[in-house]
This record gives sequence, C-alpha cells and structure tokens, in this order.
Amino acid sequence: MSWTSIIIAGVLTYLTRMTMVALVRREMLGDKLKEVLTYVPSAVFPAIIFPAVFFNDSGTFVEISDPKIFASIIAIVVGYFSRNVIATISSGLISYWIILFF
Amino acid sequence: MLSKKQLYFKGMVDVSPHMLSVIPFGIICGAIGIELGFNPYLVYGMSIIIFGGASQIVFLQLLSGGASALIAVTSVGVINSRHLLYGAVLSEYLQKLSLIKKLLISYLVVDQGFAESNKFFKKNKTEQYLHYHLIGTGSTLWVCWQISTLAGIVLGSFVPAELGLKFAIPLTFIAVVVQDLKKIDHVIVMITCGISSLIFFDAPFKSYIIISPILALIIAALLLRFKK
Repeated sequence: MSWTSIIIAGVLTYLTRMTMVALVRREMLGDKLKEVLTYVPSAVFPAIIFPAVFFNDSGTFVEISDPKIFASIIAIVVGYFSRNVIATISSGLISYWIILFF
Repeated sequence: MLSKKQLYFKGMVDVSPHMLSVIPFGIICGAIGIELGFNPYLVYGMSIIIFGGASQIVFLQLLSGGASALIAVTSVGVINSRHLLYGAVLSEYLQKLSLIKKLLISYLVVDQGFAESNKFFKKNKTEQYLHYHLIGTGSTLWVCWQISTLAGIVLGSFVPAELGLKFAIPLTFIAVVVQDLKKIDHVIVMITCGISSLIFFDAPFKSYIIISPILALIIAALLLRFKK
C-alpha cells in the first residue's frame, strides 16, 4: 500500500461525492426523476444491511438461528415503535450479546 | 427561520445517536489496518483522504490479500459510487450555493449524515441556510471518524473481535430506514435492494453495493407508474 494508491482512491471517492452536487441543476431533473429519488434511502441502505446480517465473515449464508437475524428483528420492532435511533441500535446490540454469551 | 448556528447544532444533534455505531466501526477500521500489518500513518491517512469506512476496510483487506493496487482502488470507487445518488438528492437543496461552497461541502457527504440531513431537508424546505444542517452532521461524523480510527490504530489488537461490534453497522442503517416500513412501496423497494445485494454479493469490485440500489430504483419508478 502506498500514498499514491490512497490518494487516487481518495480523489475517486471525492469525485463520487462532488459530481452530482456540483453539476446537477434543478431544471435537469424532471418531476418524475425527483420522485424516484425520494426512494434513495430505501434503495441504498438495505444493500448494507442485508449482507451484514445474512452473511458471515467468509461470505456464506448464516444459519436461520443466527443471533444476528434475531437481534435485527428486535431492533426493527424497537425502532418501529420507539422512533429512536439509540434505542434501535442498543436493543439490537444487547440482544445480540445476550444470545452470543449466554 | 433558524439561524446558521441553530441549523448547525441541529445537524450535530440529529446525527449524534449514530455515534453508537460509527465509533466502534472506526476503532475496528483502525485496528484491522494494524492487524494486517500496514504502516499506521498510511492507515490513518486513509481516514482523511478517503473518509469512507466500508471502502477503507475493503481497500486494506484486498491489498493484504495480494490484490493489485488497481483492483483495490477500483473497488473503493465502486463502493463509494453510491454517493452519486446522495448527491443527486442533495443537489436540489444545495443548488443556490456558490460552486466553491458546493465543492467544500461535498467532502462531508457520508451515509449517516446524508440520511439525517435528507430527513430534515424534506420537512424544512423553506429554510434559507439548510446546508448548515449538512455541515453539522458531516463535520460531527468527520471528527468522530478521525478520533475513533486513531483510537483503533493505537489500541490495535486490544479490541476483542468476539464482541461482534461490526454488527452495529447494519443496526445503524436499520434505524435510518425503519420508519419507512410503514409504506408498502418503500418496503418493496427495500426488499428488492436487499435480496439483490445477496444475489450479487460476489459480483466483481463489490459492485453489489451500486447494482442493488439501481435495480431498486427501477422498481420504484415502476411502482410510481402503477400508482397513477
């Protein structure tokens, strides 16, 4: 690993952040496209959630009884009713640890 | 009308619960770099230069696994291409800003900051200094990321892997989308994205992270058509 490769990776990453913010103007996005873009959070974050819950470190499917699946369900229920980020994350982590260590 | 300071502070407050997952993830990210035997300065440099947790870990793992720098750099670009979608959403709210301000703010666009600021923007479209909310979320995350990756580098292998702290990452994003489970169209979009991320998980350069959102947005476009 060298500074050159880190800097190239950093420039690429910065370009992904900057391109749309700097170049897109309101007229360029039609109303339909804007409506589709309201789904971006729902369309992006499950791609981070699902593999992290359903795959283990070696990239194979976890068992249906895996603590991560159960703890995610707890977090979803707690998050849905509490509307609270801290409650969602901590209920998930705590239930995960309880199953893991007891 | 809220002042710049109030909006900045609101951004800080809105994003702060996510520290519960960002801090452990930063520590893991720093510790992995040391564990894999990389120079600590390089590992820390990534946090400033790349500033993107998931891509930093993949970068380290690919290089330590013997992948070429080209493959590692490409993967970082592909993983982070999801920011293009965040930028497209945010552009509407930031378009009045001067180019130089846009260029500076862009550096601070990260997942959790985008998620919280976007929620705030949707409800407060008329605020004049909206971008201060994004600066608030982004700079808070930036500071925490710097401190926690540095802590990970110093602590190194003292962080027990058995704790499974990595699991805090899916939880933080569950917290972001969970309220949208009330809407059936959003549920369909989420399931599309989630399932395709499992199907395409082994696609080259970790491209599942951008393939799945694109498929899910196509489904969203179809759903909008049916609604009318």
